[in-house]
Amino acid sequence: MANVISDETIEYVGILAKLELSDAEKEAAKKDMASMLDHFDKLSELDTTGIEPMSHVFPVENVMREDEVTNGDGSEMTLANAPERKDTAFVVPKTVD
Amino acid sequence: MSILDLTAVELGKKIKAGEVTAVEAMEAVIAQIESTEEDLNCYVTFDKEAALKRAATADEAIKAGTLTGPLAGVPVAIKDNMCTEGVLTTCSSKILGNFVPTFSSDAVVRLEQAGAVMIGKTNMDEFAMGSTTETSAFGLTKNPRNTEHVPGGSSGGSAAAVAANECFFALGSDTGGSIRQPASYCGVVGLKPTYGTVSRYGLIAYGSSLDQIGPLCKDVTDCATIMEVIAGHDTKDSTSIKREEYDFTSALVDDVKGMKIGIPKDYFMEGLEPEVKDAVLAAAKVLEEKGAIVEEFDLSLVEYAIPTYYTIATAEASSNLERFDGVKYGYRTSEFEGLHNMYKKTRSEGFGPEVKRRIMLGSFVLSSGYYDAYYLKALRVKALIKKAFDEAFAKYDLILGPVAPTTAPKIGSSLSDPIKMYLGDIYTISANLAGLPGISVPCGKDKAGLPIGLQMLGDCFKEKNLIRAAYAFEQAYGKYEA
Repeated sequence: MANVISDETIEYVGILAKLELSDAEKEAAKKDMASMLDHFDKLSELDTTGIEPMSHVFPVENVMREDEVTNGDGSEMTLANAPERKDTAFVVPKTVD
Repeated sequence: MSILDLTAVELGKKIKAGEVTAVEAMEAVIAQIESTEEDLNCYVTFDKEAALKRAATADEAIKAGTLTGPLAGVPVAIKDNMCTEGVLTTCSSKILGNFVPTFSSDAVVRLEQAGAVMIGKTNMDEFAMGSTTETSAFGLTKNPRNTEHVPGGSSGGSAAAVAANECFFALGSDTGGSIRQPASYCGVVGLKPTYGTVSRYGLIAYGSSLDQIGPLCKDVTDCATIMEVIAGHDTKDSTSIKREEYDFTSALVDDVKGMKIGIPKDYFMEGLEPEVKDAVLAAAKVLEEKGAIVEEFDLSLVEYAIPTYYTIATAEASSNLERFDGVKYGYRTSEFEGLHNMYKKTRSEGFGPEVKRRIMLGSFVLSSGYYDAYYLKALRVKALIKKAFDEAFAKYDLILGPVAPTTAPKIGSSLSDPIKMYLGDIYTISANLAGLPGISVPCGKDKAGLPIGLQMLGDCFKEKNLIRAAYAFEQAYGKYEA
């Protein structure tokens, strides 16, 4: 089975992935994705009826703790990484009009 | 004999005995780095003054008697996807090119508490996505055994640094073979522990259900010793497991009598280089001569491991890497129109081609309409693969095979054909899917003089079987000699 990735699909996946691809990158992505999906389709040979999907090998449980600050105030160090800051805030483009 | 020829444990003993200081060991490593690093490029970040200062602090504590462990004063290199407080942590990506963490990963904290001294941060495939260390945004790393070849990946900088004596040991991370494969290509020892054994806190996630931190080192004794320092339950990692025991060094015994070793027939089919095959089977013979019971068996499902792995790994990656958006840290594009455009441009400029390729694929397999057919299907096959290993470990103490189908490829020969590159992961990825521990130990060289690695896989929590067999093999075969 040979997969063909349409322009629409690449556009849509680009939106999901929050990536802006150039035309050349889009063409490469179409080709790469199609050949990888051809490879992935091998899994359809296996009958997995009644098999539960296994996300983790061991049972995973929520780990709860009291909501107490234990690591002190790291705000200044955290803000030091900000691409743009103003006083004690991260500066981002306007999000609502 | 130079200090640099010592293993981490041998150096630790000399430091403890007062024959060598941590500063002297660090000076020796720095001299080595200054002579070979320009050619090899093992490190992304290396700050000589800071490293010497840390070594001097360790010496004080050793002198005062507060640091007494086997790794006290020993210089260590850390893969650049583990957060280190106040020290640049880039994941070898432009998007984190200026990121300075406010905390250290749990494994690094445990090493520091044991007195190991960080030299710097090692190069890797960008976000650990790759098998050659060629996808790094900061230049490729060369294989110290032959600089025309790659060191493997993604922990290529760590493996190369160990092989080149640019450190005494290193930490790597393994999502699909990223510790074991570079260990094999560089002729060093590497261990991927059982999932949940070493905390992932502070490890920048690629595939969270698959990622594990582990050691790259000069011999099996170092490997077991490092494991005792970095393994442990951590409340900051919800997948961290409280194991019954964290003893690994008691398995350093030269005795494999009665040990049952299974060799999957499916691992010795088409695609495996004859020289690799011969070296691995010769290694099995060595263990057999020492009293192990070795037999071939059918593991089954081997050919389904790669599509299963790449579906799950890319899905998890697309979700994990969503956080890199240019808002709170890392790279932000200079010109943009509005918030959404800022995200898109930042990510498109900040990520390299292989990372984008995997994010796209992962976004697709998780998208509405394809989620069941690809992602859930892969999780169901993962359950089948796990079952196949459970059945194998009901019969065998360990599974033996190659680490990779070939020795280290030439620089520039891998990236053009991603599927071919992904197929090279065939022997290592199953351990990640099934959560199993796996070790890579040197077992020979090919005609070109490139190292060949032997892989052994154990059942979950059975690292001691691996360490015991690897140690016995090392005693018989000897350590890798360049």
